[in-house]
Amino acid sequence: MTQSAVRPTPASPTPPGGHLLEVRDLHVEFRTHEGVARVINGVSYHLDAGETLAVLGESGSGKSVTAQAIMGILDTPPAHVRSGQILYRGRDLLTQSEEQRRQVRGKEIAMIFQDALSALNPVFPVGWQIGETLRQRQGMSKADARRRAVELMDLVKIPAAAKRLGDYPHQFSGGMRQRVMIAMALALDPKVLIADEPTTALDVTVQAQIMDLLADLRRDLDMAMILITHDLGVVAGVADRIAVMYAGRIVEHADVRSLYRSPAHPYTKGLLESIPRLDVRGQALSTIKGLPPNLMRIPSGCPFHPRCPYVQQVCVDVVPHDLVLGDGRTSACHFAQEVRDDSAR
Amino acid sequence: MSDFETVAATENQAARRGPSGEPGAPNQIGAAHKPRSLAGDAWRDLRRSPIFWISLALVVIFTLMAVIPGVFTTNDPSDCLLSRQHAGPSGGAIFGYDFQGCDTYSRAVYGTRASLLVGALSALGTGVIALVVGMLAGYFGRWIDAVLSRVIDVVLGIPLLLAAIVLLKRVGSASPTVRITAVIFVLAILGWTTAARVVRSSVITAKEQDYVAAARMLGAGHGRIMWRHILPNSLAPAIVVLTIALGSFIAAEATLSFLGIGLKAPTISWGQDIDTGRIHMRESATPLIVPSTFLALTVLAFIMLGDAIRDAFDPKLR
Amino acid sequence: MTAPASPTKVRGETILSVDNVVKHFPISQGVLFKKQTGAVKAVDGVSFELRRGETLGIVGESGCGKSTLARLLMRLETPTSGRATLEGKDLFKSSGAELRRLRRNMQMVMQDPYTSLNPRMTVGDIIGEPFEIHPDAAPKGSKQKRVQELLDVVGLNPEHINRYPHQFSGGQRQRIGIARALALRPEVIVCDEPVSALDVSIQAQVINLLEQLQDEFGLSYIFIAHDLSVVRHISDRVAVMYLGRIVEIGTEQEIYERATHPYTQALLSAVPVPDPDARENRNMIRLTGDVPSPADPPSGCHFRTRCWKAQDICAIQDPQTVLRAADPHPSACHFAEVRPTAA
Repeated sequence: MTQSAVRPTPASPTPPGGHLLEVRDLHVEFRTHEGVARVINGVSYHLDAGETLAVLGESGSGKSVTAQAIMGILDTPPAHVRSGQILYRGRDLLTQSEEQRRQVRGKEIAMIFQDALSALNPVFPVGWQIGETLRQRQGMSKADARRRAVELMDLVKIPAAAKRLGDYPHQFSGGMRQRVMIAMALALDPKVLIADEPTTALDVTVQAQIMDLLADLRRDLDMAMILITHDLGVVAGVADRIAVMYAGRIVEHADVRSLYRSPAHPYTKGLLESIPRLDVRGQALSTIKGLPPNLMRIPSGCPFHPRCPYVQQVCVDVVPHDLVLGDGRTSACHFAQEVRDDSAR
Repeated sequence: MSDFETVAATENQAARRGPSGEPGAPNQIGAAHKPRSLAGDAWRDLRRSPIFWISLALVVIFTLMAVIPGVFTTNDPSDCLLSRQHAGPSGGAIFGYDFQGCDTYSRAVYGTRASLLVGALSALGTGVIALVVGMLAGYFGRWIDAVLSRVIDVVLGIPLLLAAIVLLKRVGSASPTVRITAVIFVLAILGWTTAARVVRSSVITAKEQDYVAAARMLGAGHGRIMWRHILPNSLAPAIVVLTIALGSFIAAEATLSFLGIGLKAPTISWGQDIDTGRIHMRESATPLIVPSTFLALTVLAFIMLGDAIRDAFDPKLR
Repeated sequence: MTAPASPTKVRGETILSVDNVVKHFPISQGVLFKKQTGAVKAVDGVSFELRRGETLGIVGESGCGKSTLARLLMRLETPTSGRATLEGKDLFKSSGAELRRLRRNMQMVMQDPYTSLNPRMTVGDIIGEPFEIHPDAAPKGSKQKRVQELLDVVGLNPEHINRYPHQFSGGQRQRIGIARALALRPEVIVCDEPVSALDVSIQAQVINLLEQLQDEFGLSYIFIAHDLSVVRHISDRVAVMYLGRIVEIGTEQEIYERATHPYTQALLSAVPVPDPDARENRNMIRLTGDVPSPADPPSGCHFRTRCWKAQDICAIQDPQTVLRAADPHPSACHFAEVRPTAA
């Protein structure tokens, strides 16, 4: 199961000082009463300064769990990191003490979530909540924290920020709440922003606003961003590279253009063919048959083989390696070349 | 509240779930992973709870005692000889004899039946009243709810023991059956309010569910919706409350009998025995301690059992 | 199962007609003496027609009233005013046995596959319930057979009749909901966000199933969704709702290629397209601000507060959803015009 592990990461060369953030062969399992669910099975990806990596997957693919492992906010139990490394500027976060990790959290790597309403405390005004981090972590005075909170709210384009400082989360609309959460995440000037389904709960016009905002902020503040999502449309709009996850592993990793033009893994190909497109009329939707696997009983060999149109005996028997394709992309499929050639047609 | 709130809530929920329906919860184990049922989770918790097993064992023992007392003692509780007054343990009488010369242990064993009968039937009566009132108030809402909720408030305001004393005084000296029925009746009439509130709130939760809307769209009538869809989904909390209530009804019956207005001879009951035992406490404490212990254990067993089940079923505690 | 539509019924004729339907939810204050202080105008004068065999998509953002509209049509809510007729019979005035008969002709598939099935009933009981409520819908003794047929029709194993909902995945549960809606052989099915709770790879399966059932049984769909791509895929005609009103309605092509209402144009341009090459050359309209509260909608045109074309007239005169010169389909904009560089 671990063959797919550590190898030079694809699609972009390692910069001289090493990657900003690198996940190496991460294995996470959830130990529950019913058994052990293997949620992450050898995930490796990296992120360099100034780029946007999209981690794409359906529910249960492990895309959020990986992010939670990076942030060190996994619920343990039931989650247990079995093996792997998470390197931030070359230091392994997983071997650090809780105190050291707290220093990284928020200051170096910050995260925003899908559900802004439950991520904000309903009984405190938003200005106070944004300022709290500043007072706690940077020892700012109340007045300074307040001033900075207004700046941050301006930064995320909340209109009349100074006036809304005293408002409570429920007085904000969904999109504005998401902005408040982004402002909180930016308070300590992080180098990496992990956005976990940031627009899933929002309407499409508001979603466009938030995605624009995130792209602008990433550029203006020179952050790197990991965008976790299930939405192929959102990814196409902002990402530089994409890692596609299925059943706790990365099945395909490529720069965004190549991946959409010629997916090299049958799962990615199936996903792209199964979404209706706004700009295409009367297309037939092909489907991926079957259901995602139960993570307590992941199929042998390639976990996608029961649903795969390319399946052969080898897929049942052998776990596919990350096949490095000519243009620096990888695909964990025995027939990656064929799949890519088929989709390029 | 206004209808608007429900609509707003539904739409919000829809929006929050978004296109993927990914639960925001961090521990999504797998799409194909079957969501466990609440009952299954509860049972798994219960199985590992010692309190549950201890209280369940006690409940089973006392129930057996009530049904087949002969298995637990061979002595006849009404075989009393003054010559054995306060005599020490002998024969089957492991706790000796009381003031009347009756077997203390045997009397406690035979007293179980009356206590459990009163407790169980009062709880049952309470349950019926609570289900009817709670269901009507919760399901129909509006003025029916307003009226019934005020009735609940009023009944809740009546002190149980005081009212029971007043009501039972009027029964006077009647046959044992009438007496026991009267006690059950009075306890049920006065004790249903808490359970009714619980039923009402769980009915309100259940009726907002989509499957109830689905049944309405199929043309199901009120009766079917209440019986098939709402009742099975709002029964669990009521059962928990009633289990706890059963314990307190047994205690209330003992109190009434102790005060001389509950059960009377020839019915054997712990309350009466505790009263007699108390009078002659200085001569021998055993006739007081034995029925008191039985009473305390039974009440405790039911309350613990109810608590354990409630904790297991309460999603907020997990 | 045989198709419910008898040969005499003509495809394309109007089956459901909705005329100026209004639903205002009163906002009241006070504990003891309730005083109405306002109203949430969830649905504020909606009219449309549904033709036999077609799919009418209804799109809009949350709070636009599309779900309330569905609940009104299903008689889960009572409308404040307006009229709707299903095959000529008044939907809102009927009650009792007459309403029950009407319900046989119109069913709904709900959004959430987890709450729409009673967790304490078996799949057989859930799909069989329609036959218990309408005993004449299935001959005596044939209920179990019908339930198994329905399971087969929606692509589930007929042997799973004794399983409970929690033993199924989200997509499978949605299929159970569809089977229940099909049981009485309705002619109209209202689908309220039927795939939005499902994973991407499962969505396509359910959409294809719905399309296949439509062909097989001659169903007419009202397909409510916030996902414009899904709506385009499945719909023949599309209505766009904003703050309780239909602002534009037309064929799928008219709406998606020749939209004349600014809101429709903004909505369409905001949809992310799964094509990285489209990133640079997309002509996006960025709306500012949020949807106003339906309790206090702007005067005149509801959209004017976010509209870049807004003039004084928009605040004064309420634009009607009527045919406009720009393109022959109804649009509620004083300045209706086709966007020159449609995205």
